[in-house]
Amino acid sequence: MKKSVFFGAMTVASLAAGVAAAGTLDDVKARGKLNCGVTTGLVGFAAPDANGEWQGFDVGVCRAIAAAVLGDPKAVEFVPTTGKTRFTALASGEIDVLARNTTWTFSRDVDLKFEFAGVNYYDGQGFMVPKALGVSSAKELDGATVCIQTGTTTELNLADFFRTNNISYEPVPIETNAEAQPLYLEGACDVYTTDASGLAATRAAFENPGDHVVLPEIISKEPLGPLVRHGDNEWGDVVRWTLNALIAAEEVGITSANIAELGAAAGNNPEINRILGTEGTLGEMLGLSADWAKNAIMAGGNYAEIFEKNIGENTPIGLSRGLNAQWTDGGLLYVPPFR
Amino acid sequence: MTTLSDPPKGGFRVSMLINDTRYRSYTFQFIALIALIAAFAYLGSNLIANLKAAGLNISYRFLGEPAGYDINQRLIEYTSQSTHMRAAVVGMLNTLLVAVVACFFATVIGVIVGVLRLSNNWLVNKLMGVYVEIFRNVPVLIWILIIMAVFVAVLPQPREFRGDDATASMVFGSFAFTGRGFYFPKPVFGPGSLFVVLTFAASLVGIWGYRRYAKQQLFDHGRMVSTLWPSIGLFFVPVIAMFFIMGQPITLDYPALKGFNFQGGIYARNSFIALTFALSIYTAAFIAENVRAGILAISTGQTEAAASLGLRPGRIMNLVILPQALRVIIPPLISQYLNITKNSSLAIAVGYMDVTGTLGGITLNQTGRAIETVLLLMAFYLVISLSISAVMNVYNNSVKLKER
Repeated sequence: MKKSVFFGAMTVASLAAGVAAAGTLDDVKARGKLNCGVTTGLVGFAAPDANGEWQGFDVGVCRAIAAAVLGDPKAVEFVPTTGKTRFTALASGEIDVLARNTTWTFSRDVDLKFEFAGVNYYDGQGFMVPKALGVSSAKELDGATVCIQTGTTTELNLADFFRTNNISYEPVPIETNAEAQPLYLEGACDVYTTDASGLAATRAAFENPGDHVVLPEIISKEPLGPLVRHGDNEWGDVVRWTLNALIAAEEVGITSANIAELGAAAGNNPEINRILGTEGTLGEMLGLSADWAKNAIMAGGNYAEIFEKNIGENTPIGLSRGLNAQWTDGGLLYVPPFR
Repeated sequence: MTTLSDPPKGGFRVSMLINDTRYRSYTFQFIALIALIAAFAYLGSNLIANLKAAGLNISYRFLGEPAGYDINQRLIEYTSQSTHMRAAVVGMLNTLLVAVVACFFATVIGVIVGVLRLSNNWLVNKLMGVYVEIFRNVPVLIWILIIMAVFVAVLPQPREFRGDDATASMVFGSFAFTGRGFYFPKPVFGPGSLFVVLTFAASLVGIWGYRRYAKQQLFDHGRMVSTLWPSIGLFFVPVIAMFFIMGQPITLDYPALKGFNFQGGIYARNSFIALTFALSIYTAAFIAENVRAGILAISTGQTEAAASLGLRPGRIMNLVILPQALRVIIPPLISQYLNITKNSSLAIAVGYMDVTGTLGGITLNQTGRAIETVLLLMAFYLVISLSISAVMNVYNNSVKLKER
């Protein structure tokens, strides 16, 4: 009798451990909080402001997901992760979604068993050098000392770039962006390399941003996006379509200014109606309330608003939309239809 | 009839496992053992079940695949096309290099500080006390970071050596001390240099033989043979003679500023220097305390006896106190060596590519094989630590008190 209880408990325990991977949506609802993995601090993408509130482009995605699932954009627990800890944090269930400018690659998708929910920023790896060096192309960097964040795709791209161009370099591996800044500014490395968006964000935080230039070469494709654990498709769908809703909102013209009006009653644009839940049962299909997308968009506005507020041309980071414009404007943002 | 109660014999009852003191401890030990095995079996089966649920398996095949990343400090040939296994070996060699160098300096500094701390000179004594307390009571990671930050900020960068109005210059035109590390001239061994090296080795043997002979003379005949000048002569004259006979086969490769960095010569990276220095002075503080304890363990009667024989203080320390103190010093010294080796895994804080940085850092990240790489890392540190222990225990056995 006792024995069977013991073994029963053991079986249940090991099963429970196995099942924990699935059902993230229910876990988040039960917890009342979304655990969102972000960077340890990259201005514009994810960094705490003066009041300790997390702000940024990736943070906007976290808040939209929290708003879609829980109806409250503030119900997010931000978990800072480094390039090294992020995948373990996600795989172990410490975080529900990782929104930390992570590049979508084959091996991460297939071998590491993650599911990329989409792309929220199309990026590429670039180089930043002090203007005083007088370098105008990355191919002139023979023999340079390069600071690089360890545990990222940039490390591999860098090795490939220098090898194919047959020039030598001295890599200096750095754990976080914050550690790289003083080394670069003190001159312990000649070059700092990471995604071009990250370079712009880092440069914006310098005392004299004008003393540094980002070289024209973009040596890689870096589609960055939020990712979840493989095998939990319901949760993956929630994250994917929340991101899609933000992008679609820009496309069809839903903004935080007119959303209250558009969402009040069904209008004459059926796609807007379906997104905002005044028509159809899209929310129900996801296992969420009918106004899930409305909540998500109200959290920080549509994709364009989040972009402009955090990293757009009017911010110190000053990134143009470039590839990240809607397909109708010659960019790559193209979401499947909401129907 | 009177019934006498015999002492209980034979009959073993199950309750005796608990009630009888002869068996009770075995019972509890057995239960504890079963519980331990069950706990590990549960953890193991949980791991396997979870890995299976996540669709993962344990495989070391990734070790044979190209690593794809570069490593700055390579003691053996390595390119980004080499395998993960080779990257791990490069990291292991870097770990061993930093551990050996730091152990050496920690021992030297530790012994000097430990002896000076017992000095009768109040100032020296207190200064050493302050050193020990400061370094012992601040975590080593903080020391590594501070030293690296100071290193990078204080020393001039290569760009300051450039131009006509350079603010920094090389020492003697051959040494460059920059925030990126130190550059030294490198000896280049041309053809014929083998003879010079062999001559040097032969003269070292010669010096050793001569000193042995001098000692023999002293012990057997009571004659003092001068050893200093003949040793110096043996050290320099044959090598220099051979050097010129062979037509100066060994030249020096001087570092020179080319492009972004100094090129040529020997390059000791800032990360290596900062890490080695931090580990050395941090551990030296502990070793100093061990040395002090070892010396204090020798009764003052020994010092007084040696002094009454007319020995000078330096000789008392070298010939009487330290050989006996070593018996007390060596065992804790072993654990300090192990600490250095294990603390060297903090290397990534300054970007030094040790085995934790290559195998446990980049390889782990790029392949996602966390369990496999961590198991390998554990095995590596275990093997290294046990080897150090084994070697040091052999030494300890040779100096410890021989009881007959």
